[in-house]
Amino acid sequence: MDAEAAKLIGAGLAAIGVGMAALGVGNVFGSFLESALRNPAAADGQQGRLFIGFAAAELLGLLAFVVAMILLFVA
Amino acid sequence: MAAESGKIDPMHQFLIEPMFGKDWVIAGHSIAFTNSAMWMVITLGVLWLFMLGGMKRELIPGRWQAAVEGFTGFISNMMQANIGPEGKKFTPYVFSLFMFILIANILGMMPVGVFGLHPFTVTSHLTVTGVLAVLSFAIVLIVGFWRHGFHFFSLFIPHGTPGYMIPLIFLIELFSFLIRPFSLGLRLFVAMTAGHILMKVLAGFVINGLNAGALTIAIVTIPSFILMIGITLLELLVCAIQAYVFALLTSLYLNDAIHLH
Repeated sequence: MDAEAAKLIGAGLAAIGVGMAALGVGNVFGSFLESALRNPAAADGQQGRLFIGFAAAELLGLLAFVVAMILLFVA
Repeated sequence: MAAESGKIDPMHQFLIEPMFGKDWVIAGHSIAFTNSAMWMVITLGVLWLFMLGGMKRELIPGRWQAAVEGFTGFISNMMQANIGPEGKKFTPYVFSLFMFILIANILGMMPVGVFGLHPFTVTSHLTVTGVLAVLSFAIVLIVGFWRHGFHFFSLFIPHGTPGYMIPLIFLIELFSFLIRPFSLGLRLFVAMTAGHILMKVLAGFVINGLNAGALTIAIVTIPSFILMIGITLLELLVCAIQAYVFALLTSLYLNDAIHLH
């Protein structure tokens, strides 16, 4: 297998990591919504933590995207 | 009349090159005023005009002043909630950071293509977001060491850690502390770059579909165009969220430095 083909396959595999990040982000927002519906009055106070959790989950998915970009355009 | 389907090049939009074709020569030095620098100047201009419109200090604010007060109040509340009263002296920095990132992100999404111009997202380069992240991290370090001296290192050893675990916990906490500027800069950079690559690829589908005949117009172009509208709305939301997350994490890191949990 030549290097170019291997890079493209690697980039495609890295995209699976991005899909798993989608699960993570959905988990964060899903838990927030579920508990917000149980206790709406307390929900607004926790919005800051919601976005912190989203940022952390999203970052790891974006790292997988960075790996794909490195394989495609840098290496 | 159908043109050949062109290869979609999503990375050309991030190219940095000197404006007007060549570098300026000022006092014997070659200064490159790039498209990135020009869009930073435009961001500064938009921010300046926005704030200027809100400075009239009417007792009952008009719409523009209410908008400016909305942003300043939002950041001020966030600093107050995350840091407390000592947060007040860092609010100007965090507000400038938040507004610069927000306006730079949004200007990259502006449809100036209808006028034949090309928008450029300043924050889609790791050099720019990295400098902003290093700025925040440097302020955190300076504040931490100024207030606490070497006692700042107690940040890495939580209360109640058993004695035999202290070396390992210290190393792990130190590593996760040192990775903060990378994660701050990388998060904003990749969010913006990924969004714009997606937009460019979808736009390529629209154009290639248009060029390939009536059937592909119905099957490829129209759904891709509708998807582009939805993704544009999502990207505008991501612009705002990423600016907010950058400012929020900066305020949390400042809280760590000031209060050492």
